[in-house]
Amino acid sequence: MSDVCLVIAATGAANLASVKAMCARAGVKSLVTDDPDTLYRAGKALLPGVGAFGAAMGKLRASGLDKALGARIAEGLPTMGICLGMQMLCVSSEESPEVPGIGAIPCAVEKFKGELPLPQLGWNRITPNHGDGFLQPGWAYFANSYRVKAPPAGYEASSCNYGEEFAATIEGNTDQATKIPRILLCQFHPELSGPWGLDLFLRWMGLAGMETLS
Amino acid sequence: MSDLKESEAKIMAKKASFSARGTATRIIPCLDIKGGRVVKGVRFENLVDSGEPAELSARYEAEGADEIALLDISATLEERKTALGAVAAVRQAVSIPISVGGGIKSVEDAERLLNAGADRVSINSAAVRNPGLISALAKRFGVQCVIVAIDARRQTESSVWEVVIDAGKSPTGMDAVDWARRCASLGAGEILLTSIDRDGTGQGYDIELVSAIAAAARIPVIASGGATKPEHFLEGVMAGASAVLGAGAFHRRELAIVDLKQYLSKHEVEVRL
Repeated sequence: MSDVCLVIAATGAANLASVKAMCARAGVKSLVTDDPDTLYRAGKALLPGVGAFGAAMGKLRASGLDKALGARIAEGLPTMGICLGMQMLCVSSEESPEVPGIGAIPCAVEKFKGELPLPQLGWNRITPNHGDGFLQPGWAYFANSYRVKAPPAGYEASSCNYGEEFAATIEGNTDQATKIPRILLCQFHPELSGPWGLDLFLRWMGLAGMETLS
Repeated sequence: MSDLKESEAKIMAKKASFSARGTATRIIPCLDIKGGRVVKGVRFENLVDSGEPAELSARYEAEGADEIALLDISATLEERKTALGAVAAVRQAVSIPISVGGGIKSVEDAERLLNAGADRVSINSAAVRNPGLISALAKRFGVQCVIVAIDARRQTESSVWEVVIDAGKSPTGMDAVDWARRCASLGAGEILLTSIDRDGTGQGYDIELVSAIAAAARIPVIASGGATKPEHFLEGVMAGASAVLGAGAFHRRELAIVDLKQYLSKHEVEVRL
């Protein structure tokens, strides 16, 4: 086990077993917190995402974690958001129109347009944006009915298609030397995306990725 | 036209609809768990020991499985506790999604399994007895988390299927197609559809059943019950299943998941390779 640590925001509704198992596999220590100060000061922070938008936002507001997360994004501190975690950092979601999001990413989350069955459930192809030195092409696991269409100004995105193009990631404040985006929001679940997902996580944590994939 | 050519033509005609599905067709090995071990029976009876859940799951992930389905068929409270441990062990062993079903009667039951490491839960008999449970789970954990498992039995010489609960023991009088539609409107994210007539027989899925439910439900359908040969799985996909589930053929090493995926890919089905 390395000294690298990931501080995970407690959202109440999220199932953290899969994220914790990914950390264990990567040799990363994990700490779950509902203390805003601990989360704000973390070297690397994660907002996980399983559950319903309204309920999870309620928990974040009650603990004050929403402000800590908003500050981290505003200051470009290393922060990962997964699925609903990515969506909650945005301004609003059609899933719970009456509940505002954290608002750190100036995007609205909308329901998928098109004829395909919802939720999108399963493995879809990730195409890294031209010039993205971090993301590898591959298959990622999705479980979502809502999505961000495109990244806001100042952010990059890798794209994916489910009846329409949408943002599979939103990446910001990229370290020019390492090519690692300090802000990495994933609509997919890296923790459930097999070796490809583990490789992504390892490299974002600043550790060596999996040789077979790089 | 020979039968073979005819079936090739059908496959080509389906090609466009496969590529329009958006996600890859999933191959899901199902592990029936009892007393911490994997077992497999015929028509839900005559159970045979098939190994250790975490070990088998890791083998399936390495072979290319897209998801692991665990079905807890415990009969006693003691066995049920063991099953929770098995879920946790499988979670440590694999980095693909895990669904767990069997004996879930409440939001609390589901939460216990999710905390142990399940990503999704499937409910069967309890959903029939208390349809409100589907909505309650969807509200708490999101629709993507909720699978309704339907065990269906074909009525004699007809295209009507009855929903059967309690592991095949209790007929309900409910029409399976109507029930699937209702599950979707109540907040189910997916249907796990098992033909009781075919389960464990190796005769292939009840294709007509898969097709009827997939057309009616408007949510993804997992075909289950009877598939052992690559052709069976392909038929399930062609009938409209988003995912195809198998058990015995994988456990007995008659069919490797990687070979199945290559077969499907050759037949224009998009799979994660």
